[in-house]
Amino acid sequence: MMTSLTDLTLADMKAGLAARQFSAVELTQAHLDAMAANRHLNAYIVETPELALAQAKAVDEGARGGPLAGIPLGIKDLFATDGVQTTAGSNILKGFVPRYESGVTANLLRDGAVFLGKLNMDEFAMGSSNETSAYGRVISPWKAKGSDAELVPGGSSGGSAAAVSARLCAGATGTDTGGSIRQPAAFVGIAGIKPTYGRASRWGTIAFASSLDQAGPMARTVTDCALMLTSMCGFDPKDSTSLDIAVPDWVAGLTGAMKGKRVGIPAEYRLDGMDPEIAALWDQGIAWLKAEGAEIVSVSLPHTKYALPTYYIVAPAEASSNLARYDGVRYGNRVTPKGGNVHDMYAATRAAGFGKEVKRRIMIGTYVLSAGFYDAYYTQAQKVRALIARDFEQAFEKCDVLLTPTAPSPAFAFGAKADPLAMYLNDVFTVPASLAGLPAMSVPAGLSASGLPLGLQIIGRPLDEMGVLDAGLAIERAAGFSARP
Amino acid sequence: MSVDSQTVRKIARLARIAVTDDEVPGLVEQLNGILGWVEQLGEVDTKGVEPMASVMPGSLRWRADEVTDGGIQDKVLANAPDAASGFFAVPKVIE
Repeated sequence: MMTSLTDLTLADMKAGLAARQFSAVELTQAHLDAMAANRHLNAYIVETPELALAQAKAVDEGARGGPLAGIPLGIKDLFATDGVQTTAGSNILKGFVPRYESGVTANLLRDGAVFLGKLNMDEFAMGSSNETSAYGRVISPWKAKGSDAELVPGGSSGGSAAAVSARLCAGATGTDTGGSIRQPAAFVGIAGIKPTYGRASRWGTIAFASSLDQAGPMARTVTDCALMLTSMCGFDPKDSTSLDIAVPDWVAGLTGAMKGKRVGIPAEYRLDGMDPEIAALWDQGIAWLKAEGAEIVSVSLPHTKYALPTYYIVAPAEASSNLARYDGVRYGNRVTPKGGNVHDMYAATRAAGFGKEVKRRIMIGTYVLSAGFYDAYYTQAQKVRALIARDFEQAFEKCDVLLTPTAPSPAFAFGAKADPLAMYLNDVFTVPASLAGLPAMSVPAGLSASGLPLGLQIIGRPLDEMGVLDAGLAIERAAGFSARP
Repeated sequence: MSVDSQTVRKIARLARIAVTDDEVPGLVEQLNGILGWVEQLGEVDTKGVEPMASVMPGSLRWRADEVTDGGIQDKVLANAPDAASGFFAVPKVIE
């Protein structure tokens, strides 16, 4: 029994705990053992076994309860956790121990969850392969057929993806700025959803690009994602862009029914030179939803090709402002050159503390916001962003959800995308929904010829997480994805 | 528009990131690669389009002007690289 506990879905863990088939401590210990046996994946930056066992014990003794009572979760290292090191995958925050709990993790703790540790990630969530972490790359538990080459888990929530896929937690928190939940979920064959911007509190989540950042769950099933999402979301007065509206019970509402639903297929997502495997999977997804009674409609999102360049102006601009706080004064690491003044200290601290990709994006952001270039780059990008959002509004007049591939390829090898632009292109299908603030999820839908997971993406109207999850469940049932690393 | 080494040094200074002479040529090339690529946005007709700063409709909400926190000096200073007498400490600013 003990060896198979980690294989259960989050929903089955919940049922098993309720039926007292096993204790929360047993369930937590099973995961701690799996984590210890899989350290080569480098999924966790920090493991917190004592804390996890104490939280689980409190559940077993009835001192803690809630919809997620005793469920062992991994937490992306972007969420501030009271008393547990939080680094955002950066050297500049090495040793930083928050004295407060982020809004999202506080909600999960309120609902009885057990935290196993902090999950590795691309530095400040800037990356699509987990190669930019200052704590070393995360290795995907998956390997291509007949190959022993190590593959990336995707990013930036790569530790979350690897840990959920390898059964090192029941589910994990992720964050998504341009695809950082959906792309890694697709790469490792799990589900992940980014809710509508404003649903999940950003308070205490280390900021990358504030107009885009949203937290969401990553788990092995759509139902498990719905369970976590219902707990994670909710109004937080400490986040100025938090939505003050009720959170539906997405688990109770989940039916997977597609009868009468209109599924939009955006023509512009069928790129020239699209990987035939990805195109075939997309067609398969369309056929599945049609068989479930959905009406398939062709829609147009004419500004799709401008989404990536827009994102790579808007996100670095916001990042350059957000990351100005890392100056070696209030927290984080400080480097003071011998005889240097306070300005030398700032520059040396940031030079030593930030990795290459983070520096590159701060500099791009600084440039596009600088006098003389602001209108040509930043204002123009904000205008194009408005057009991208308008495209979605018009498409949703004709359909209820959109179906697209999640990523243009299966997981790739380390170092395969050394050119920053080649790496950025990996987010081609996920970035547009981020710019428009829409709920979007990735669901595992099949394997490539090389035996690697591929995902399909569902994008919904603002606040229609229910519609996204229902379509996700329909895909999940039709695909019957049971492959595991 | 493209950047030269002088501009890269200026951006680095504005961003408060020290760069070495060795790093500059690589940064010039990478930044120009990215800037050359984003320049395609210039071809989009955005006449009459309002810039979108946020996906949230309307304006930010107000809260009551009340003290809601405080008295946690020790927590605020707990992660400071250097703290003295209840303050953050930095290298001497005024001679």
